[in-house]
Amino acid sequence: MRFVDEFRDAEMAQALSAEILNLCEPGRRYKFMEVCGGHTHTIYKHGLEDYLPETVTLVHGPGCPVCVIPMGRVDDAIAIATKPDVIMTTFGDMMRVPGGRGSFFDAKAAGADIRMVYSPLDSLKIAQQNPDKHVVFMAIGFETTAPSSAMTVLRAKALDLENFSIFCNHVTIIPAIKAILDSPDLRLDGFIGPGHVSTVIGCRPYEFISRQYTKPLVTAGFEPLDILQSIKMILDQIVEGRCEVENQYTRVVPWDGNPKALEVISEVMELRPYFEWRGLGFISHSALRVRDSYASFDAERIFQLPGVRVADPKACQCGEVLKGVLKPWECKVFGTACTPETPIGTCMVSSEGACAAYYNFGRFTRDRVKEASRA
Amino acid sequence: MSPDRPRVDFSLIETESQGPVDVAEERSADWAEEALREHDEFEQYEPATEHLTREQQVLQRIDRARARKARLKEERITLAHGAGGKATHTLIEALFLEQFRNPLLEPLADQAVFGVNGSRLALTTDSYVVSPLFFPGGDIGDLAVNGTVNDLAMSGARPLYLSAGFILEEGFMVEDLQRIVESMRRAAEAADVLIVTGDTKVVGRGKGDGCYINTSGVGVIERDVTLSASACKPGDVVIVSGPIGEHGITVMLARGELDIECDVESDTAPLHSLVAALLDKCGGEVGAPAPTGGRGSCGVRCLRDATRGGVATILNELAVASQVAFVVDEAAVPVRDDVMGASELLGIDPLYVACEGRMVVIVDGAQADAALAALHGHSLGAGAAVIGRVKDDPPGLVLLKTTFGGTRIVDMLVGDPLPRIC
Amino acid sequence: MCLGIPGRILEVLDEADLAKVDVSGVRRKVNIGLLEHERVLPGDWVLIHVGFALSKIDEDEAAATLVMLRGMGQAYTDELDALRESMIE
Repeated sequence: MRFVDEFRDAEMAQALSAEILNLCEPGRRYKFMEVCGGHTHTIYKHGLEDYLPETVTLVHGPGCPVCVIPMGRVDDAIAIATKPDVIMTTFGDMMRVPGGRGSFFDAKAAGADIRMVYSPLDSLKIAQQNPDKHVVFMAIGFETTAPSSAMTVLRAKALDLENFSIFCNHVTIIPAIKAILDSPDLRLDGFIGPGHVSTVIGCRPYEFISRQYTKPLVTAGFEPLDILQSIKMILDQIVEGRCEVENQYTRVVPWDGNPKALEVISEVMELRPYFEWRGLGFISHSALRVRDSYASFDAERIFQLPGVRVADPKACQCGEVLKGVLKPWECKVFGTACTPETPIGTCMVSSEGACAAYYNFGRFTRDRVKEASRA
Repeated sequence: MSPDRPRVDFSLIETESQGPVDVAEERSADWAEEALREHDEFEQYEPATEHLTREQQVLQRIDRARARKARLKEERITLAHGAGGKATHTLIEALFLEQFRNPLLEPLADQAVFGVNGSRLALTTDSYVVSPLFFPGGDIGDLAVNGTVNDLAMSGARPLYLSAGFILEEGFMVEDLQRIVESMRRAAEAADVLIVTGDTKVVGRGKGDGCYINTSGVGVIERDVTLSASACKPGDVVIVSGPIGEHGITVMLARGELDIECDVESDTAPLHSLVAALLDKCGGEVGAPAPTGGRGSCGVRCLRDATRGGVATILNELAVASQVAFVVDEAAVPVRDDVMGASELLGIDPLYVACEGRMVVIVDGAQADAALAALHGHSLGAGAAVIGRVKDDPPGLVLLKTTFGGTRIVDMLVGDPLPRIC
Repeated sequence: MCLGIPGRILEVLDEADLAKVDVSGVRRKVNIGLLEHERVLPGDWVLIHVGFALSKIDEDEAAATLVMLRGMGQAYTDELDALRESMIE
């Protein structure tokens, strides 16, 4: 596979690892946050932390769109799914996200027609194949996925479909990063910036981070070498006394983003005045909803939603994990009451969630495992 | 597209922090409160751990939680219970084993092994609910014969006789049934087994999804071997008999929901002669077996066919049963490029994808070369490769050395990424 | 959830913004509507995300990144060699 194997080369990783060590000031500790859930996943999946000096800590951010869905919204989605003649379609990750009364998986076991799809276009196909049912697409994700949902709505309009809508839960990354920066509990030295969100919004929206908050940010690709190189670039900035937004993922991310993607989002969607994020509370202008002109494709307008807010259990510390204040294993219920099989919170359910990543990939005592992996 | 549509601004918008004027009705999640309460009770008996770092304390707490007796909490059966992962294990231990408990069932192996008048016999059963019924490389009939033959072969038995029970849906096409039965005939011939008894039931339209098949099988163990999940030892080597993930991906793509084209075919095959070739070369030749089953000089500890849940699930089961650690070398695991590509597209890990004609072999390190040679000498073992080793610590865990050089663990499957694969 | 993976365009189809792509021998139809402002030709590489092509992969940039990384690798190897030599003394 091109563009993948080359960026997973172990020798180059050794070189980057040595460079990174060189750039670290003796006696100084560094905390970098990777915002994007996809990065969290890559870091754990490839065991990247083995390549970083002990003085560099990676803190996991809130860039996992499944992780920030409040339980009340899941309940709303299930309410739609359980209506007669409705087919709810969703990405696989959503299936086990717990709502106030259970997950999609549980609702499916109880009889709701909920189907996993790989793309919103698959939902459209299902709508075309089932004209007597209403097909709803559970639209989740950051700015990365919003254009796809928007394009699908435009396609549905072009096809004159009357039995298709989206339940829009798209959220935006900048307010989340701002919430992190404004959090008093956290002192970060830099950001490994979102990769795929940036293909849509470009790199300019991050400039406030370096200007107002004086933290460097490097947008990074998703292969292990990309992440290591980005860390090196952040350290270069720190050593050279610079503070700016840089792009490591130049092969994919255009500085100005994708104009067509931005256009279709604006055509179909608009920002909500506020939206609730699990663990982070209500954040202004942080989520998208379907515009009036596309109301016939807006599940929120078509169906009556309970709209009841479900409070997180007091013992759930998802919010602090999402903000990077707590490491997954520092959450009091991590691994005991809250496991991938029996998740209390969302960080444990999504494949990009910090808790799931740590539990599934990183849950071991480093020295014992280093010992065992020695050939 | 309207040209003067206001643009959505994704940059920072400086505004007053907003929220709803008053929060309407609020509720709490009762199931979560209940789960947390239960764990609070459990945690009162924590042993002294001051000598460990905080992270180690947490990891130890997790190990204790994982070692707890399985309890079934769900009210309803979900697809996860059929995936072969954690939920399946919990269901089996907490419900079936609880009720049926006896020494032959306790090992919860794929087959039961017992003595009858001086002969050692193996008995197994499997049900086949694959959807779709027909796919590239085979159909439900092939699976129904090969799957049961393989479960017998994994105990070192020579498969002898199968039963075949059919549950057919009203309206199912007879010519489809004909095709399936012909596949079974050919598969049985290839596996040197006879289908000697069976049953047929028909359920009303809408109650059965076409055709379900159950096959049970009996075989005789004529070798001085005892293959068991708890027999793995540090120093042993892990071998897979060929490239992984082909069956699961084939069936997933054959469902036609995903609009993906790929040339991969199911790897369904009977492994009895491959197993025979292996055991012959590794000290487990056919001969007078000890009446209670000895180990003789056979270095093969355990054989498992990598069906539901894939190689990762098997290694996890063995790690726990033998209380050892497995260290797998990701670069050494044989996977076809297109299986890898399809897996990446679907967001799944080939290590968890079912095979229907591949086995995992745990063998004494000293006999690893002989084992590999024996497998390579057989048409079904041409792609066999050593993928890892057994260590003593940390017990119960499966570790992966990634192609990148880092390390991570490979845990038991949760949920069901690929339902109704076999 | 949605992983972004690189795929190679095999054929641009007549139907609504679709193209056939190859990902390691697996073929799928992908919507290239979001790349309307660029010319997408067979042989081009694109980043695929939930059935849509989000961006073209700039091969020159990819090559440049790799050269830089390899250069670092060379510097590293040179370092190691120098270290080895100095230890012989």
